[in-house]
Amino acid sequence: MIDTVPEIRISQPPIQREPSLDENQLAAKPTGAESISPIRQYLLSRGNSAMADRFFHVLMVLCALSIFGIVAFIATELVTSSQLTWHKFGFGFFYKTFVSPVTGDKMYWDPVNEQFSAVPFVYGTLVSSFLSLLIAVPLGVGLAIFLTEMSPRALRAPLAFLTELLAAIPSVIYGLWAVFVLVPLLREYVNPVLVRTLGWTGFFADDNPTGLGFFAGGVILSIMILPIISSLTREVMTAVPHSQREAVLALGATRWEMIRMGVLRNARIGIVGAIILGLGRALGETMAVTMVIGNTPEIHKSILANGSSMAAVIANEFTEAVSDVHRTALIEIGLALFIVTIIVNALAQLLVWAVTRGAPSQAH
Amino acid sequence: MKEEGLRSQLRTVTDHAVTGLAVLATILVVTPLVVIFAYLVIKGASSLNLEFFTQIPKPEGETGGGMANAIVGSGVLLGLASLIGVPIGIGGGIFLAEFGRGTGLANAIRFTADVLNGVPSIVMGLAAYALIVSPHIGILPFMGHFSAFSGGVALGIMMIPTVCRTTEEMLLMVPHAVREAALGLGVPNWRSVLSITVRTASPGIITGCMLAFARVAGETAPLLFTALGNMFMSTSLNQPIEALPLQIYVYALSPYDDQHRLAWAGALVLILLIVVAVSLVRYVTSRGVLKGAS
Amino acid sequence: MGVGIEVNNLNAWYGSNHTLQDITLHIPANHATALIGPSGCGKSTFVRCLNRMHETNPIARVTGSVRVGDLDIYNDAKPVQVRRRIGMVFQRPNPFPTMSIYDNVASGLKLNGYSNRRVLDDIVEKSLKNSALWDEVKDDLKKKSGASLSGGQQQRLCIARALAVDPEVLLMDEPASALDPVSTSKIEDLIFQLKSQYTIVIVTHNMQQAARVAEKTGFFLNGRMVEFDSTHKIFTNPSDKRTEDYITGRFG
Repeated sequence: MIDTVPEIRISQPPIQREPSLDENQLAAKPTGAESISPIRQYLLSRGNSAMADRFFHVLMVLCALSIFGIVAFIATELVTSSQLTWHKFGFGFFYKTFVSPVTGDKMYWDPVNEQFSAVPFVYGTLVSSFLSLLIAVPLGVGLAIFLTEMSPRALRAPLAFLTELLAAIPSVIYGLWAVFVLVPLLREYVNPVLVRTLGWTGFFADDNPTGLGFFAGGVILSIMILPIISSLTREVMTAVPHSQREAVLALGATRWEMIRMGVLRNARIGIVGAIILGLGRALGETMAVTMVIGNTPEIHKSILANGSSMAAVIANEFTEAVSDVHRTALIEIGLALFIVTIIVNALAQLLVWAVTRGAPSQAH
Repeated sequence: MKEEGLRSQLRTVTDHAVTGLAVLATILVVTPLVVIFAYLVIKGASSLNLEFFTQIPKPEGETGGGMANAIVGSGVLLGLASLIGVPIGIGGGIFLAEFGRGTGLANAIRFTADVLNGVPSIVMGLAAYALIVSPHIGILPFMGHFSAFSGGVALGIMMIPTVCRTTEEMLLMVPHAVREAALGLGVPNWRSVLSITVRTASPGIITGCMLAFARVAGETAPLLFTALGNMFMSTSLNQPIEALPLQIYVYALSPYDDQHRLAWAGALVLILLIVVAVSLVRYVTSRGVLKGAS
Repeated sequence: MGVGIEVNNLNAWYGSNHTLQDITLHIPANHATALIGPSGCGKSTFVRCLNRMHETNPIARVTGSVRVGDLDIYNDAKPVQVRRRIGMVFQRPNPFPTMSIYDNVASGLKLNGYSNRRVLDDIVEKSLKNSALWDEVKDDLKKKSGASLSGGQQQRLCIARALAVDPEVLLMDEPASALDPVSTSKIEDLIFQLKSQYTIVIVTHNMQQAARVAEKTGFFLNGRMVEFDSTHKIFTNPSDKRTEDYITGRFG
């Protein structure tokens, strides 16, 4: 409600008015008309602020360039600090394995003998991320469909708010909850069922009674990347113009068919982008994953086995790494993580941008 | 005709099934949120006493104690982070909205900022470690060891891209007419941008900063090898310092039940802080950032 | 007091679009001059060239000269300085939304560094009286925001704001087109009273308004100024057939 100030009519305007070049008017100037008022004097004396404007402009440019500076800073620091490992192992750091001098078994991560291979961590990152996508994509897209096309208007804001809250929960709190609630749940109820029913595939072995492992990591990761996938999918779906929906409906489609053909088909590039963005987040998630994945630098076919991930091993071992080789090996893993997430995120941003370009964000 | 009837029945069934699946998905998404909050409250609320907020941790094995050092430590770290992240971020946002609009440079910066927002925070911590913490001949007094300073820098750098983008978005919402009015009065450009445009968008800019603040408040990974953690109360920038999420992490993995209890309490405090921040942001933006404009 | 404006061979471009072509005219001091013409004819661009506001668009370009009083505004001064001497009122009222009424009126001075409290109080009162808004807002000067007024009041507030910096010229780009008839009539009364103190240039779509308010009128068409003469002559006996066609409503 606008609190208006009451209007008062000023003088009654004359009905007929003829403006004219009145010589008298021009002649009858009030005294002192030639002198300039102090205000005008003051303003005339002010400079044109060219220097202040320039300074301000430069300052703002520098602040903006800091973004590039941050990327350069991270890249430089990580590259220079991982030189030791790079010289020692080269690119094989990421795919070669070696053999333990003691047992003759395949080994990956041996701080004692200063032999390092990033293979198990790459494996763990990929497995846990893939698992999380498997769970989060159907759920996230499903939620997005529900919110954009099906839910009653009243539910939309609260549900969107809840999704925002989910995204705001810190990783360590997810990890805390996972350690004390999710992992026992998996251990007691879910894993045995999985072993019983799907053990024949070889992906569900029963030799890990802790409940930790790739699967636990994947589950908690899925909860964490869900909000991103969901809200971005919502954004690209609402960017699809209504005319598309109406066109399909006019052909006699059911609601699902309208969604499938009128919306999803048009938004599909953006949805792929949302998924890739979720992947990007999953690749780099650290705390929750390191708390439940078991922190064992090994590769197993079973997803119920303990493992590790690139981010997890850094978090777990960095402060205790004594030798320079150990530490720089971890830094090189961090560098790889940096490069991969930049590429994945850049790709995802491009895809989402391509779809929502021009269309204002309505996903609120 | 019979075939058509079957076909249309199948379509109807599919439609209903999908609706059901979507509802199911929604429920499955909302459930963990509710469950997590419930656990935080159930397990943590009872430990939120005066002792929790005023005492530092007891030695391992002993019960009692609190997280005062972690709360204060978080305050110090976040203060430093904001000091770095907010001004530079807002400056970047001003450039994108007021000077660089439409230019290739601005697009590149915007894109990079968005990509940076997706970089894992542990990478930030590693970079800060390499620059500040790792032993080398440091120019500044803060270098060469774990310190609150390095943690604050890591968090501050994380804030810059977020604050920059939200500031830009809020500034773009200021109507062009308002800028024109200022310029038409002969107000210098820098004054017009700061005193008129930024001032008009300030509710939105502040909420953007709050969002970034809430985000880094919960970050643990960048602090693992910068701030490191500290059993004792400390406010010095030159020493290791404790932080709430860091403490939660350590306690969650400890073998002592009492420390688990404290971890839940700490998590509850942290999540309450974040919920308040997110709700405030929602409230302000839904009320209309630009009251009365146009 | 107002000054006259000498425009010589003014040409303006927006990018490759030649918006104004060879405009030459003399706007008399202490009078109101109206500029009329169909949409897109360039009258708004012209007015914005008079206080260098068109330069806020990076692809804008100008040749020719504009002298305001004794000042060549393109060669002897920077845009910021020009705009302090030439005030502008825009089509849609645009008071600063975060400022009170008082602050809005004083903004031209405060943002240029002026801070003398007593003088500012005087100027605010005088400007609001000159824009016929004082009686309506004098009790709420610092309490109400500029945006809480009605449309007509907001526009008068913008006029007060422009007057507060004591300009020599007041440019008005269709100041009443977004307002209701009552507010429009008030604004017209205002112009009538103000022109003894200031030189006023008013762009208007409304021919009756031009006839009511201005001594001289210029008719613009397709970027050229077709005819510039006393209002009486333009509306009763125009020299150019195009003017006559526009006046009688054959197009526009």
